[in-house]
Order: sequence, then structure tokens, then C-alpha cells
Amino acid sequence: MFLEFVEGPLWYIALTIFVVGVVLRLLDVFRSGVRTDLAPPRREGLGGALRTLVTRSWTAPGFTRGAAFHLVAGYMFHLGLFVLLFFAAPHVLFIEERLLGFGWTPVPYWAFILAANFAFAGLILVWLRRVMHPVMRRISTLDDHLAVILTFIAMFTGCMALFQHHDSLRAIHMLTVEVLMIYFPFSRLMHAFTFAISRSYTGAAMARKGINA
Amino acid sequence: MPEVVTEHNVERGKEVLKSQIDAKIASYFSSCVHCGLCAEACLFYTETGDPRYTPIYKVEPMRRVWQQENTFWGKLGKGLGILKEVTEQDFAEWQEMLYESCTLCGRCSMVCPVGNDIAYMIRKSREAFAAAGYTPEGLQGATRRALEIGSPMGITLHTLEAQIKHVEKATGWEMPMDQQGADYMVLFSSMEVVNFPEYIEAIARIFHQAGRTWTISSKAFEATNSGIQIGDSGIARELVSRVVNAAEELGVKYVISPECGHAFMAIRWDAPNLIGRKPNFDVVHILEVLDQFRAEGRLKVDSTTDERLTFHDPCQIVRRGGVVEPQRNLMHMVATNFVEMPDAGVMNWCCGGGGGVSAQEETEELRLKVFERKKRQLNAVKPDRLVTACANCRIILEEGLEHNEMDLEVIGLTELLAEHLAEGDTAAK
Repeated sequence: MFLEFVEGPLWYIALTIFVVGVVLRLLDVFRSGVRTDLAPPRREGLGGALRTLVTRSWTAPGFTRGAAFHLVAGYMFHLGLFVLLFFAAPHVLFIEERLLGFGWTPVPYWAFILAANFAFAGLILVWLRRVMHPVMRRISTLDDHLAVILTFIAMFTGCMALFQHHDSLRAIHMLTVEVLMIYFPFSRLMHAFTFAISRSYTGAAMARKGINA
Repeated sequence: MPEVVTEHNVERGKEVLKSQIDAKIASYFSSCVHCGLCAEACLFYTETGDPRYTPIYKVEPMRRVWQQENTFWGKLGKGLGILKEVTEQDFAEWQEMLYESCTLCGRCSMVCPVGNDIAYMIRKSREAFAAAGYTPEGLQGATRRALEIGSPMGITLHTLEAQIKHVEKATGWEMPMDQQGADYMVLFSSMEVVNFPEYIEAIARIFHQAGRTWTISSKAFEATNSGIQIGDSGIARELVSRVVNAAEELGVKYVISPECGHAFMAIRWDAPNLIGRKPNFDVVHILEVLDQFRAEGRLKVDSTTDERLTFHDPCQIVRRGGVVEPQRNLMHMVATNFVEMPDAGVMNWCCGGGGGVSAQEETEELRLKVFERKKRQLNAVKPDRLVTACANCRIILEEGLEHNEMDLEVIGLTELLAEHLAEGDTAAK
């Protein structure tokens, strides 16, 4: 009964809130508009936007040391989560059956374990820094902590569901993922979409001035 | 004529904070994951360890307004009275962080993983603080003098004319004033006129050799723009319009921004947006002009120096202005032993006095503390002389060097080139 609810109505509610919420948030960003830059550019902004979209995935020249923790922990978490989300066998099956109608080859079990370890280690490291580092303590908000906690719970219940093939664990995982999906558009998790916009804006503006940002 | 706001008005400030939130700002706040990496790029944090100086924290009032106006939880929290609106106390507290501990150097904007241009956010926040009357007295005074006298340092045309007479005596040439149809109109910063008049002579000698016509406008010779620094677009527009009007009246092809960082930013990148159109002339930085003369064979030197020279990149000219290679081409032209400091170029560390920080007496202690970063950069290469291209940087560098008892001369690049101009090509004595 509970499994049917979380895999049925609640899933569609969560999916709707997620999709509509994300679209509304993106529209809200663009709604404010940006004034056209009238200064004669050194070069066009589009190339810079695309460039910065890619290059900000690494650090600025000479800044790797200062960003070492962010790079290691950040990539561990994001890459691990990406593999779990899109290449864990149950997720591939779910995407095929419930979302797209087609799937792809999932990663083997050992790769899932590796990705899970990376994702958990990265997330825990990032959160530990958030609660221990004076800068992070100063700038962190409730939203930052909630996002970490909800993501952690969703990942944890997912691993439990995979290790123990039990319907109740699967239902709990679905529920936690749906809570995360509902929370997503209202939170800092939106950076998963808006990072492309902010990188592009800055890349374009700086390119017009002749700088590779 | 616009005036400097000195009466505190928090409601007005909050309204302007709201009005400053454009799509860029909205995407930046939506993207920020509070990773804190920007702190590692800011010399005010790295040299003090004070987390309040984390760049993204400096725009916290704007973030709170954005949250309460643009997000679900923010609107709900505000409606239920859970989230506190930005208060008078917040304005008073953040004034220090926005004006005293930020030079708008933009180094943080180069490292943000989600691409936030934090310097842009700070510049926008300053608009609200200026409208609310929460600005430092030093900057208020400089801005008032710029509006009323025409110069943030209070110098007048008579002061410039006095310096010009010295140049005319030294060179034997008449300086071109208000020459209709000249190729270039040259601007100066007050700092150059008062502290480094040798820049004016260097310009005269270089243009004489290059054979290009140039002029100084008696109506607008001041390039600096306190409106940009204090964050008041109305004042910035008024100041920049004086230059645009004078240059268009004279019908010049180019206006040359002097060795001053924010002046270049004001006249090259902000002016068209402030006046709502592209002016009828192009704006070039003096380094770009000199490099063009070099490339065309109009700038000739007959000597070089084997001194160990290094170059301090002014933030607004290089990282925020896009002039990166000309100064290096010019340095190699006269210096056989030119060495780059660590992080030189677009990731160079600020001198600590830009963005109006040097106009505030109360920042001296902090400025000297953050100069430790420059000291380390210099100690890594141990130069015989330090070259730069911004009069404000030069003053701050000299102050820091003096404080640290470092025996190192600072010189402007234009003057350095003038030192080595080919003898036969100039009549200067």
C-alpha cells in the first residue's frame, strides 16, 4: 500500500512540483532581465559564455592549491552522485520504465559501490568543512544544511534498498527522493541548473572586455 | 547636478537593493552554494583570516532582499515574520565590508565555481548603500569635490596649467590645449597632476616622437570618477558626461584613459551604459596606445635597462579591463631583465587601495596589513624597481613599501618608456 502510494501518486506529485518548480525558478531568474551592454566589445560574448561554462569546472590558473579541498571533495561527491543517479541498475530500469521508455547499460555492482563511497565521502567532507571552517560557518544558512541532510538521507536509503532487496526499504528510498525533489526548486539545489546561467553571464561579460574568465 | 546622499534612509536603500537585482544577480544568488572559495581569492580574508571579509558575505544584505523578494521560503518567512528584514544596523555594519574591505578587484569573480561575478554584485550593492547615505566620509568628500570642483583631490585647471608650464619649460614645446580635431584627447588623474607630473612630460615626449596630434581639454582633463567608487550611477553619469561632451566638442578620434585603474573602467566600459549610447570616439588606455605606437614603429627606444624589473598589474586595467599583453610587450621593449611576480596578469593581487579604499583614512591600518600579500609577491622575485600603470596603485605601493622598510622605487610604465626614448626622435631635454 505504502509502496504503491510512493511509486504512484506521490511520485507524480513530486515530479510535477520538481519540473514546474524548476521552470518557474528559471523564469524568475530571466524575468529580471539584463541591460544591454552598450560599450564596444573587444570580442563577442557568446564564445566567452561557452568557454566559462566549461572552464569553471576547474580552477583559475595558479589557484589549484587554494581550491584543492573543493576540487577533491566536490568532484568526489558530484561524480559519485552522477554515477549513482544515472548508472545504478535500478535507476536505469526506473528511467526506462517510468520516464523515457529507453535505458542504457548500468555500471557493474563494484562500480556502484565505488561511486557510492565517493559520493558519501565527498558529501561528508563538504559538510564537515561547512560546520568546522570559520568562513563556512559565517556564510552557511539553514538551506545549506537541509540540502546536505536530505541528499545524504536519499543516498543512504538508496544504498540500503539496493543491499537489501526489500519493498519497505525501496518505499522509504522513494519517499526520501520525493521529499528531495519537492524541496529542490525551493532551495540552493537549484544550482544544478542555474550554474550554467551564472557562468555564461560572467563568461560573456568578461569576454566582451577581452578576458577569459 | 546630482548630490552625494548623506542623510541615512534605510527604506530608500532597500528599494534600490531590490531594483539592482537583475537576471545576473538572480542567477548568481540562485547558484551560490556557499562554498567559501571566494574567501581564498580575497586578500582582505587571506591576510587577516577574518571570515567577515569573505566576498560573498559582503553582499549579504542584497542576498537577504533577493531571498525575501524572489524565493518561496523567503516570501513565506518574511510574511510570517520569521525572516528579519535588512535594518539600519545592517546597513551600518555592511558599509565597512562593502567600502573598507573591498577594492572591487574582482579576483573572487575569477574563482567562483558557479561563475558568480561577485565584484559586480558588490558594485550593485554599493548603489543601494550610496542611495541610503551609508558611505564613508572620505569617499563622500572626494565625490563632492569631483562634482563641485572637478577633481576628487580638489585640483583645478590652474593646478594643471602650472604643471603644464613646467613641462613646456622642460621640453621647449607648447602643450596642446583644446586643439579641435586632434587625434587623441588625453585625460589625467588628479594623482598624476599633483604627485606624478612626470607622466605629463612623458606623454608629451612620446606623442612628439610618434607624430600624432593630441590635446588636453580645459573643460575635462580629470579622468577619475568617484561616482563609480561610491556606487552612485547618477553622479558617475554626470562626471563621465563632462568627458564625453568635451571630447565630442573637440571632435577627437580617441580619448586616452591615463595610468589609473578605475578611470579606465569608468570611461571605457561604464560610460556608454551610463549615458545610454556609444560616444562618438573610441576610448583606449594609454598602455594600448603605447603598444600600438610600438607595433607601428612610432615608439622607438635607443637604450634598455638590465635592472631586474617587475610589473604590478592594476586590477581595473587588467583583470576587469582586458589590457593584459600591451604592458608586457612594452616592458620587454626596455627591460632585458623583466620578471613576473607569482600570480601576475589577470590573477594578480590587488595593491589594497583600489575601489575607493585609499580615499578613506580609516582604512590605513587594514591596507597596510593586507599589503603583506604584495610583499610576498615582491619578495619572490626581488626586483630592483617596480613598474605599474596606475597612479593610485603607485601611491599605495609606495606607502606599503615605506611601511615595510623595503627600499624599492616604483615608477609608471609610461615614464619608464620616456626614459629610454630614442634621442634623435625627440627634442626633449
